[in-house]
Amino acid sequence: MDMGSISPELLLASLMVAATPILLAALGELVVERAGVLNLGVEGMMITGAICGFAVAVNSGSPAFGFVAAAGGGAVLALLFAALTQVALANQVASGLALTLFGLGLSSLLGQGYVGIKPPPVARLDIPLLGDIPFLGRVLFSHDLMVYFGLALVGLIWWMLKYSRAGLILRAVGENHDAAHALGYKVVRIRVAAILFGGACAGLGGAYISLIRVPQWTEGMTAGAGWIALALVVFASWKAGRVLLGAWLFGGVTVLQLNLQAAGFAIPVEYLSMSPYLITILVLVIMAGDKSRAPASLGRIFHASQ
Amino acid sequence: MLKLEKRPQPSRLWTWVTPLLAVVITMLAGGALFAALGKDPVEAIATIFWQPLFGEFAFYYRPQLLIKGAPLILIAIGLSLGFRAGIWNIGAEGQYIVGALTGAGVGLAFYPTESVLIFPLMVLAGALGGWGWAMIPAVLKLRFGTNEILVSLMLVYVAEQLLAAMALGPMKNPEGMGFPGSRNLRQYESAHNAELITGTGMHWGVVAAFIAVIFAYVLLTRHSLGYHIRLTGQAPRAARFAGVRPARLVLVCLGTAGALAGLAGMFEVSGPAGQVSIDFNVGYGFTAIIVAFLGRLHPLGILLAGLLMALTYIGGEIAQSNMGLPAAAIQLFQGMLLFFLLAVDVLTNYRIRLARREVA
Repeated sequence: MDMGSISPELLLASLMVAATPILLAALGELVVERAGVLNLGVEGMMITGAICGFAVAVNSGSPAFGFVAAAGGGAVLALLFAALTQVALANQVASGLALTLFGLGLSSLLGQGYVGIKPPPVARLDIPLLGDIPFLGRVLFSHDLMVYFGLALVGLIWWMLKYSRAGLILRAVGENHDAAHALGYKVVRIRVAAILFGGACAGLGGAYISLIRVPQWTEGMTAGAGWIALALVVFASWKAGRVLLGAWLFGGVTVLQLNLQAAGFAIPVEYLSMSPYLITILVLVIMAGDKSRAPASLGRIFHASQ
Repeated sequence: MLKLEKRPQPSRLWTWVTPLLAVVITMLAGGALFAALGKDPVEAIATIFWQPLFGEFAFYYRPQLLIKGAPLILIAIGLSLGFRAGIWNIGAEGQYIVGALTGAGVGLAFYPTESVLIFPLMVLAGALGGWGWAMIPAVLKLRFGTNEILVSLMLVYVAEQLLAAMALGPMKNPEGMGFPGSRNLRQYESAHNAELITGTGMHWGVVAAFIAVIFAYVLLTRHSLGYHIRLTGQAPRAARFAGVRPARLVLVCLGTAGALAGLAGMFEVSGPAGQVSIDFNVGYGFTAIIVAFLGRLHPLGILLAGLLMALTYIGGEIAQSNMGLPAAAIQLFQGMLLFFLLAVDVLTNYRIRLARREVA
């Protein structure tokens, strides 16, 4: 084993990259849950986004189109969830599971012709001056655009939920949908919009995996990232800033175990690969005490007659 | 303008009609999907639903119905208890894998001793393995209040890695020329879950599935525990006032589901699959969720739904080899079924009424 081969600079830089997909997906889910909807289909929307983005990027030669398509693909799948839970008033847990199973099947069907293909490369932004700072330049300022998009989204959602009127209404719907309805807010419409936003974010996260992080298409390649994103929202007590912290934590664990694998650490690879999932469970255990922040209407069905 | 009006109680008629309706809609949508893939939709649907039962090679496929259906039914019965009480164990796939590992582990430990006691021991070990794996989310939920959905699901990924570690490490066949995978239990008589009646597909797992159906039926309709489970699902607050202890229900529901999933894995690894290999699990634990809902969480419904889902597996394989239908299309087809089921379910709980638009 050779611990010296692990460079802290590269480790931190790849941490930022590894954290981005779950960050994007978790931010989307955060908004959905703040609106009082529990969408367990994140994994399904992510993997659908991953293949939609990959296919469009390969065919058009443009990763940017790929990301747009991924957001669209995720949102379309989310629309199915919205139809089930907001129109047909189906159980949200079951509908979310259905979405994941459906998304996994759909993605492997769509992805048949794309195994073993390389997607068009995504350019890294080379920010002049900042990128030249030793250590910090490599860690913080030489990533692709999506990394910064994710960070900007954290700030945007934090601001929106805390200071904007739209955020206030969204939270009202999530905390008490009956009261929000009585005040004249369109509960169903607001929730559908939130669900679509969540789907688009999950799609972007998935495409980040297939276009930048890996980059290629394999079946089931999100490997539970969507579920980790769901856990992240709980970990973050439904706060945007904490989602970022959590995403870095998981990104760090993932990167570290991959580095340990590469360095030939004396534990079989399989046990190292378990670590992100075990850490997720551990974090859930630690954070489980703080349930007070959960939106009060989370997962409850809204029907205007009741 | 259509409007939904809540029924005072769920319609008994629609409770049983909706699954059938969902199957019909899925056939139509699936047909459209197959047509979009350039296959003859009528032929594809007929291949999936007709060929295995009444086609030319039905004598070969009919036993497969029991082999594929048994694990689905076994797992779904366990899941349905929890789902009824609002306890969401969605990690049955992990419990299935661990049950297979512990069951096969006991068998492999005794190799090459021959004894009639080995197989019962393996059954016990399989059930215990699945039970133990399901106890992790249960205990964490009770002790710390963690969400059982996320924990049980995370443990699926852990179990998959454990399976790979076992197939490549401790359980690897020492005479396997370096290939991954354990010894083949079918060639080890004491550990082989053999066909009980030749040519029927009937093995101990099928027997266990039928027993589970009967027990679940009796439990839910005749036993106070079953009543508590139903009560908790329908009116959690009332259940608490009636003295139902939620902690006990969590342990019982997750434990039963885990043990049954573990049994399913153990019967599979010692029979149809034969060995512990990296790709041993094929998603029965997830498909069983569809089976449980399609069967309306009712034991008899699950029995029928499990057989129907087994049919789509077998028919899907035939369509794959005869018509070149991709395997993923079948997976999608199964996913659609749950989707449509949840969608038409609105008819069970609500009436659709024509309503004039009023000022809100």
